[in-house]
Amino acid sequence: MTTNEWPLWEIFIRGQHGLSHRHVGSLHAPDAEMAIKHARDVYTRRNEGVSIWVAKAENIAASAPSDKGPLFEPSNDKVYRHPTFFDIPDEAGHM
Amino acid sequence: MAAAVKAAPTREEALVEFLLRLGDNTLILGHRVSEWCGHAPVLEEDIALANTGLDLIGQTQLWLGLAGEVEGKGRTADSLAFLRDVWDFRNILLVELPNGDFGRTLMRQFLFDAWHVLMLGRLTESADARIAEIAHKAGKEAAYHLDRSSDLVIGLGDGTDESRRRMQEALDYLWPYVGEPFMPDAVDQLMAAEGVAPDPASLRQEYDATLRRVLGEATLTIPQDPFAQLGGKTGVRHSEHLGHLLTEMQWLQRAYPGASW
Amino acid sequence: MYAQMVKSTGQGVKPREEMSPQERAFQDRIDADQKIEPKDWMPDAYRKTLIRQIGQHAHSEIVGQLPEGNWITRAPTLERKAILLAKVQDEAGHGLYLYCAAETLGVSRDELTQDLLSGRMKYSSIFNYPTLTWADMGAVGWLVDGAAIMNQVPLQRTSYGPYSRAMIRICKEESFHQRQGYDIMMKMANGSDAQKKMAQDALNRFWYPSLMMFGPSDKESVHSAQSMAWKIKINTNDELRQKFVDQTVPQAELLGLSIPDPDLRWNEERGHYDFSEPDWTEFFDVLRGAGPCNTDRMAARRNAWDDGAWFRDGLMAHAEKKRARAAAAKTAAE
Repeated sequence: MTTNEWPLWEIFIRGQHGLSHRHVGSLHAPDAEMAIKHARDVYTRRNEGVSIWVAKAENIAASAPSDKGPLFEPSNDKVYRHPTFFDIPDEAGHM
Repeated sequence: MAAAVKAAPTREEALVEFLLRLGDNTLILGHRVSEWCGHAPVLEEDIALANTGLDLIGQTQLWLGLAGEVEGKGRTADSLAFLRDVWDFRNILLVELPNGDFGRTLMRQFLFDAWHVLMLGRLTESADARIAEIAHKAGKEAAYHLDRSSDLVIGLGDGTDESRRRMQEALDYLWPYVGEPFMPDAVDQLMAAEGVAPDPASLRQEYDATLRRVLGEATLTIPQDPFAQLGGKTGVRHSEHLGHLLTEMQWLQRAYPGASW
Repeated sequence: MYAQMVKSTGQGVKPREEMSPQERAFQDRIDADQKIEPKDWMPDAYRKTLIRQIGQHAHSEIVGQLPEGNWITRAPTLERKAILLAKVQDEAGHGLYLYCAAETLGVSRDELTQDLLSGRMKYSSIFNYPTLTWADMGAVGWLVDGAAIMNQVPLQRTSYGPYSRAMIRICKEESFHQRQGYDIMMKMANGSDAQKKMAQDALNRFWYPSLMMFGPSDKESVHSAQSMAWKIKINTNDELRQKFVDQTVPQAELLGLSIPDPDLRWNEERGHYDFSEPDWTEFFDVLRGAGPCNTDRMAARRNAWDDGAWFRDGLMAHAEKKRARAAAAKTAAE
């Protein structure tokens, strides 16, 4: 087992609607540049027109915890990632 | 049956042939890349590589869809992908080679992306508006692929001794397959004359500049042998590997002819 | 479920009078539906149980890539190939979100991976079954994802903030997974005779393993009682299994397929289907490593990890070189 684990990065993304950057999750990467690339692949699934901030998790100072979780915007790019792409008869019930 | 390479193809034959080349490259490379899904060295990379695969499959649908349309014989992207045999495929040899280790997969991706970006960039100026439109969309995706594969080749070349050794071995192994896309034939000449596509040889200088920049930063040695293995994009002589790939890829369509999935 | 048989470390629910003031305050917050966040105080047993549960869930997503990944290169159309690749990619993403949630509890992803590869930590029994035909892609999406969603939807309300947020994102992304599976089943069930046969065969093979996903009855389990008090488990295994059966039977009827259970029938009085229990001996065999695919699944994960070490180390070494060069350049400039 390698002890050389890639550091953890916190990922913040600004979507296309002009809202400020928001925390969407974390990932591992060897450096900031790769973290940005991975963030694009993991957390935007190739949505264009987003801005990504990454910060090393260990560099984030946190206040007392808040109890409001971030919400996530789905990717708009791949239509089949959305449940409505599949035409399921109503009789099948909620799916 | 795709137009066999003739000394003087008609414009339409050449166009179909040219579109098959584009679509078969992305089809076969997308297939190879998808083989890694679930097996990559780290989760982030598994996800990123799947995105590349998805882009390539999406581009395949566009190129082969257009090829079928231009051909006008009722063939779809799916029937072209799943119901042709080896000799009808028009992808370059580079993309059909087995993945090898992850380093070879990434090196191949880089060598392909560097060409792909240039080709698609020029195709955005194609006299054929349909081609220009697809190239515009695909070009954005390819630019990101190149960005990523360059970074990884640099990082692994200029990484540990082992990663450098593996990347150099990958480069040496793949080198004979680098020249093929730049070799013009009658199809290319006709496409160039019609303003549909660039003369493939005209992309080489810029390609070499990209290679020097990236591979230099990766501290890798670019092989000097100009010898190029040929036969993929003309379909004259594919490697043995393509048949196995197609056996797997086409199996359901072949085993259950006419079924709808 | 994706997390089966997770043992809490406690001896059942601690009576309130035995709790320390800190523990009481903690339980009060949970009872008030407040989220527990990484920096909050939490009982050791809560932390440990969560690490096991989230870790097992994450491992299930990762190993769960393999049975469906088995068909990516054989998908019958370009669109099916893209959909399947996107779905299996999502599973990697879900594993990643969950590992990150576990990491907020003070365990690293590498440690969790080590525990998976050494067999100390488990993953869901369902992924030790083989996918033999294309219809299995339908059955896995319809039944396996269907069963998983049953469990994951309530877990969006779980008490631990990072876990809850991961589940919210996962549920949002997963809703297409079950539908794409059912969509494949519809095509097959309405297709040629061979396709219909494939569809029925897939249902036959995946029905009982799907029921096993919820785990054995835990009505009596002290571990489950504690987990439910902590709101890291929301429903009992039997509740979820019943809900799954009730939902799935009409869907099978709509496909014209039969559930492989001669004793399955609607119970008017209960307002639920009666059904046969799966073979729990088989379940425990699979859990201890004797399922049809345990060896192959673990070998695939071990190879990915071992063969990828040079890649991970190479990029890390490069990042360090870059950092050193940047630092040297800065010193030189000063």
